[in-house]
Amino acid sequence: MPPGFSVLDFYYLLPELVLTSGALVLLAVDVMISKKSQGLLMWLALGIVAMTGAAMLPLAGVNVTVARGLMAVDAFAFFFKVVFLVTAALTILMSSRYLEVENVHFGEYYFLILCATLGMMVMASAVDLIAIFIGLETMAVSFYILVGYLKPSRRSNEAAVKYFLLGAFSLGILLYGMSILYGLTGTTNLHGIMEVLDSSDISPVLLLGMVLVIAGVGFKVAAVPFHMWAPDVYEGAPTPVTAFLSVGSKAASFAVALRIFQEALPGLKDEWQPLFWLLAVLTMTVGNISALTQSNLKRMLAYSSIAHAGYILMGVAVGTPWGIQAMLIYLAVYVFMQLGAFAVVVMMRRQDIVGDELKDLSGLYFRNPVAAIAMLLFLLSLGGIPPTAGFMGKFWLFGASIDAGFYWLAIIAVANSAVSLYYYIRVVVFMWMKEEAGGSPIVVQPALAVTLVIGVVGTVLLGIYPAPLFDFAEMSARSLGMVRLAAGIP
Amino acid sequence: MTNTANFPLLSLILFTPFVGAVLLLFVNKNRQDTLRWIANITSGLGFLVSLPLWFWYDPLDPDWQFVERLQWIPSIGAEYHLGVDGFSSLLILLATLMGFLAIMSSWTAITERVKEYYVFLLLLQVGMIGAFVALDFLLFFLFWEVMLVPMYFLIGIWGSDRRLYSAIKFFLYTLVGSVVMLLGILTLYFYQHSLTGTYTFDVTVFHQLSVPADIQFWVFLAFFLGFAIKVPMFPFHTWLPDAHTDAPTAGSVILAAVLLKMGTYGFIRFSLPILPEASRDFVPMIVWLSIIGIIYGALVALAQSDWKRLVAYSSVSHMGMVMLGMFALNPVGITGSIVQQINHGITTGALFLLVGVVYERRHTREISEYGGLSKVMPVYAAIFLIMTMSSIGLPALNGFIGEILILQGIFVENKMWAGVAAVGIVLGATYMLWLYQRTMFGDVTNPKNENLPDLGLRELATFVPLIVLVFWIGLYPSPLINRLETSVERVMSRLSASERRDAQAGCGDASAVPTVMAKRNKGFGVDTLGWDRSHSDELAVIDACGASAPLTVTAITDKRESD
Repeated sequence: MPPGFSVLDFYYLLPELVLTSGALVLLAVDVMISKKSQGLLMWLALGIVAMTGAAMLPLAGVNVTVARGLMAVDAFAFFFKVVFLVTAALTILMSSRYLEVENVHFGEYYFLILCATLGMMVMASAVDLIAIFIGLETMAVSFYILVGYLKPSRRSNEAAVKYFLLGAFSLGILLYGMSILYGLTGTTNLHGIMEVLDSSDISPVLLLGMVLVIAGVGFKVAAVPFHMWAPDVYEGAPTPVTAFLSVGSKAASFAVALRIFQEALPGLKDEWQPLFWLLAVLTMTVGNISALTQSNLKRMLAYSSIAHAGYILMGVAVGTPWGIQAMLIYLAVYVFMQLGAFAVVVMMRRQDIVGDELKDLSGLYFRNPVAAIAMLLFLLSLGGIPPTAGFMGKFWLFGASIDAGFYWLAIIAVANSAVSLYYYIRVVVFMWMKEEAGGSPIVVQPALAVTLVIGVVGTVLLGIYPAPLFDFAEMSARSLGMVRLAAGIP
Repeated sequence: MTNTANFPLLSLILFTPFVGAVLLLFVNKNRQDTLRWIANITSGLGFLVSLPLWFWYDPLDPDWQFVERLQWIPSIGAEYHLGVDGFSSLLILLATLMGFLAIMSSWTAITERVKEYYVFLLLLQVGMIGAFVALDFLLFFLFWEVMLVPMYFLIGIWGSDRRLYSAIKFFLYTLVGSVVMLLGILTLYFYQHSLTGTYTFDVTVFHQLSVPADIQFWVFLAFFLGFAIKVPMFPFHTWLPDAHTDAPTAGSVILAAVLLKMGTYGFIRFSLPILPEASRDFVPMIVWLSIIGIIYGALVALAQSDWKRLVAYSSVSHMGMVMLGMFALNPVGITGSIVQQINHGITTGALFLLVGVVYERRHTREISEYGGLSKVMPVYAAIFLIMTMSSIGLPALNGFIGEILILQGIFVENKMWAGVAAVGIVLGATYMLWLYQRTMFGDVTNPKNENLPDLGLRELATFVPLIVLVFWIGLYPSPLINRLETSVERVMSRLSASERRDAQAGCGDASAVPTVMAKRNKGFGVDTLGWDRSHSDELAVIDACGASAPLTVTAITDKRESD
């Protein structure tokens, strides 16, 4: 065993290990079973996610740094890992029917979903630039393939190429920024970087490194002006992948942003704060205004997810405990409302119809009232109307900016959320007030129904009784930036 | 019987309509009559369970009554905190009554998507009652926003003509106001935290808070946007004529009778007592906006050819009057403002119900389509006459009481304001009487009107309670006014405390002149009318150095004890 490692490290990394080995087992099972019984793979994938969750249970409340200071197993990482596992489970649930309809039902799909989840989990735990990069790359490569998973579809292929090229480009920028940080401080450990920077002046090169890191993270969360890839990729990718991308990948990138800027670069707060302020304002405004004119539901949700990244960026910009807690809360509620909305888009995909145009939703209420009510709740939540979870999330973000004295940011954000209601309500008009559209009847397959139910329960419950989530987020936010026991390698 | 019992009356009132809405979900949508019965019975029950608010409410107890307090989100200090005073208890009674009547009036008017219709109406009811009973800012905001969605659907699905446009306009206008208001709430919330170190949304805590002038200024503006859009005050009124005109009858009734009161409720419950200095600084602006609203609303109403739109614009005018009385910032004015809110709810609600009756028969709202209705529908014409007179402010009817108190309150402050407001009242009489003349008098010119049936039993039943209230408030308003006393006192004590601070700050300044502060007494409104001489008038004058201010306070305390 190499120095710095201990057997205990395996215990702390058990969730990641379970997930890795589970993914490999799934790949092997896929080869062995017949094409007919491939439906079982969904259950296997869900089982692996559940087992990973079970392996995490003993780690609640733990706060240690493991693997020679590469990974932190703390409440912050724990929170994000819960978010990723829930996201992965919901994505898997909504996938099987979609894959059947698209006739691309293969085992690699679930394997890649699990790999992407693994990458996200590493990102949330990583407290070292190298580990961050490895997690990011694991996630990104999985997504490159997933986005292009619909081989016959030109849209899907185009999206994959676009995502790959821009993704590689952005990773390059991020890596360049990281290398500057390393070059100036001589360490890749986030805590180490902070300590070195504490005792040195701010040089222009350091600022260049910081800006490059912001740009790299900005690409990943699709912040304006680094968002160009997002609408095309979101529209072209298989719908469940779009959902996973817009929730999981975004949350993981925010985790990395918080780690880097709160743990390594808190000394540069005066420098990065205005940049994130600007990014937040641009992102939410451009996202919302672009979403206004979309007639394709998937594309509209893509722009809306850009806008939501803008709201969440408010938390990074504010950078206070309230702000960080607000981000965690928002990301958690975002899982339910965004995945729920995408589950409805998946439901609309039928043999004879793509179903992602707004007009395909016409009269949904008459054809499937329960789905229409669920979608109504998701849209209201995305718009931030109580008593849904989205309101509680927005409440925290607005509160955080008021608390920090960022009044203009809060005012711009509320103006934005009013604008966003316009396009969300437009969907409601189609569902509830227009005549029925054609196409074969809408069947809600059981797994999809479960996704919808979980989405609705999460959206409503966290809107009416959010106290447990708030406490959980508070505990997690507090553990960020804490002086770690094993900050330096013992 | 007082409210000492631990019975959760307010929760019961709040959730009765909710239970009805849930019940409806389990009924097959084709069994329309069952749906109607359930909706009517639960909303009727909702009204009945709210009646104890009238009988058990103790007008002499200055504290919040029927208080319920449970933990909700401890980490941010949000609670499930309910309670009422005289003002909110009256508004709740108004909401439950008008909600019931609105549902009753829809029996034959709504034949499509009956189930959703009643579900939305009942949910709307929950939102309205919730906003009036909440003593927690976050809870209040939650209910405030919850109202938007059902109302949006009511206009958008069951409305007429340009319903989608009107619905989205209503939704976005109100939403913009309320999210800005949320920022105001948050600013207060964090300011309170910076003082005490604890997070709380408790409205009663904010009522004790003294906020620095600059924060007051901005928070007042934020609240103003939220509440003024809802009232609606000129120039934020443009959503109202559209929403009112295109909404189904029940929607218009609820909108006029209760939803508009949310704005005025907000001003009296939050803006005035929490931000007293800013409230006084903004008096000129608000008074002029109100006066413009009164005159402008009345003039535009005169020009309408659409019956419902005319009533809608009359609302703009009347709500301007309500705001004017409130921002006299003296007890008489505020009492008059509250009384007029109730009156407006009853009268305008009734007027919309009346329009709905003929609209259901003829499916047109053009005034020119009607004429001579008093010949074919005599009962209808009689009720319409009563409501017209009530709207005009004829003595012995409810409208008179409110208007006289408001004028009296505003007269003390500024005679010109009162003069302009009086012009508005004259204009109000003009458009209402002209409407009455065009629709009810003369010969039946349109053959389609010749065989219109008069009011049926169910329709008549919806008007009876309103007529009773019109006469009751008009002839014997003391019970109503008495129970407002402690509410008004709560607002006035904050306003006059701030005034004393200002006066003391300006002490020694030669230009500072004595200010007539307040005319405070038990049952002041009635006193000054000379109907009840058991309590004497008392005029408190404060000099520039606030010398007599402590005296005023003791005088009030003594008075209460001697009572």
